[in-house]
Amino acid sequence: MPTAPAFTRYADLPALSGLMTGDEKHRSAAESTREVLWVLYDRVLDVSPETADDPDRDRFLLSKGHGPVPYYAVLAAKGFIDLATLRRWAEFDSPLGHHPDRTRIPGVEISSGSLGHGLGLGVGTALGLRAQGRTRPRVVVLMGDGEFDEGSNHEAVAAAGRLGLDNLTAVVVDNSSATHGWPGGIGTRFSAEGWQTRSAPGRDRSALDDALTRPHRGRPLAVVARVRPKG
Amino acid sequence: MRDVFAETAAAALDADPRPVVVLADVSADRFTDAARRHPDRVVNLGIREQSMIGVAGGLALTGMRPIVHTFAPFLVERPFEQVKLDLGHQGVGAVLVSSGASYDGAHYGRTHMAPGDVALLDSLPEWTVHVPGHAAEVPPILESALRGDGNVYVRLSERGNAAARPAGPGTHPIRSGSGRSSGTVLAVGPMLDRVLAATEDLDVTVAYTATVRPFDREGLNRIAARAGQADVLVVEPYLEGTSAHEVAAALSDRRHRQLSLGVRRDTEVRGYGTPADHDRAHGLDTAGIAERARAFFLL
Repeated sequence: MPTAPAFTRYADLPALSGLMTGDEKHRSAAESTREVLWVLYDRVLDVSPETADDPDRDRFLLSKGHGPVPYYAVLAAKGFIDLATLRRWAEFDSPLGHHPDRTRIPGVEISSGSLGHGLGLGVGTALGLRAQGRTRPRVVVLMGDGEFDEGSNHEAVAAAGRLGLDNLTAVVVDNSSATHGWPGGIGTRFSAEGWQTRSAPGRDRSALDDALTRPHRGRPLAVVARVRPKG
Repeated sequence: MRDVFAETAAAALDADPRPVVVLADVSADRFTDAARRHPDRVVNLGIREQSMIGVAGGLALTGMRPIVHTFAPFLVERPFEQVKLDLGHQGVGAVLVSSGASYDGAHYGRTHMAPGDVALLDSLPEWTVHVPGHAAEVPPILESALRGDGNVYVRLSERGNAAARPAGPGTHPIRSGSGRSSGTVLAVGPMLDRVLAATEDLDVTVAYTATVRPFDREGLNRIAARAGQADVLVVEPYLEGTSAHEVAAALSDRRHRQLSLGVRRDTEVRGYGTPADHDRAHGLDTAGIAERARAFFLL
């Protein structure tokens, strides 16, 4: 009977994450993104270690670069990172730090950690693909609701809406960590700027898959993934 | 210089599929025709300067060559973290082109002045910085920047010298002193004509550069070695002392003195008026440069 390769399933993510210790400060931030990351890499994004440099690959930009443990775990499950590398994370000469560095990890599209940079980079990536006539790839940016406080995001939200970047998707993992909150919900900020906006329970993989893959035309897409408030 | 820049950038859009012009309203009127011809490669984001650098980083990640343009304080100072992280730290490059220089828009006041732009970029590794002194120096500088992949800053000014000089990298002797001369004056970009006038009766070598990063240490060392004294006066159109550490490194193998002239860093000159008024206030008019050159060279 053929057996599945080791550590490639959703159920393996806790074990993979367990290889990386020492970032307890960001545990809740990290935990909140696991299902979104899995759904993206398992069902939504068309990218693999073999196509990591293909100009027509889908792009995933982790804007919320703190708490990258589940990101590394998913990348390991999908073959971008090997297990031995996970064990050495955050050592001086390890490619994996508490904030990802795109120049050191195959398949990682941006270096992140400082809040509020991913969406602007995503808008530029979407514009660059459009200028090259590459209509197939989509650009997905993952951010957090606390990160959404940064004003740079609001510049990018408005610009993307006005430029009609339908190849761009923002996923906001909302664990209610923004200090002053967003009256009416974060989604209203996107929809006011002309984005197609959807919401899904952040732990419900089917609902996330549906929200990320149902067609949307002529407008960028924002998916708000609601998870338990940060405690 | 700004018009020549816009014409050169528009021509680059026609000639090469890689460049993209990213704007924040400033100078958008100069790109109307280019935007019509290349709607996907002239992007005006509105007054969103953080985004313009982030967008440039994203464009570069897809292999495009962004040309990002607005006034110096909004291009370098406001989005400085984006400059540091969305370009250099991502391992991608863009060509940033500012206008307004230190105080070309003197009547606008402090909000539109950025004498610290080059010093700020100098805190980041691997930037090329051009400070053209004449409009005709702009096209070769921009064309060379567009052929590469690195991070380049082109600092345009409304003012400059009567004639164009060599615009590429390197330090170029313009007037040579005798074998017993008092030293060397390095004039950066738009400062050359004033330096020549201020030192016309001094026995010094006057050299010119429009490219301050990477700094031509070897070239300056060679010129200083030929002068009677290895003393060097640097006259820059931005924050005083911006290149002092480079001059020190260039001359570390010989006994020398050095002095930097530039925009004062000890006080905020709180005035409007004209650029000439500010030259006087900073001692960067011909008389001010002459006085300090005489004192420095002990003449």
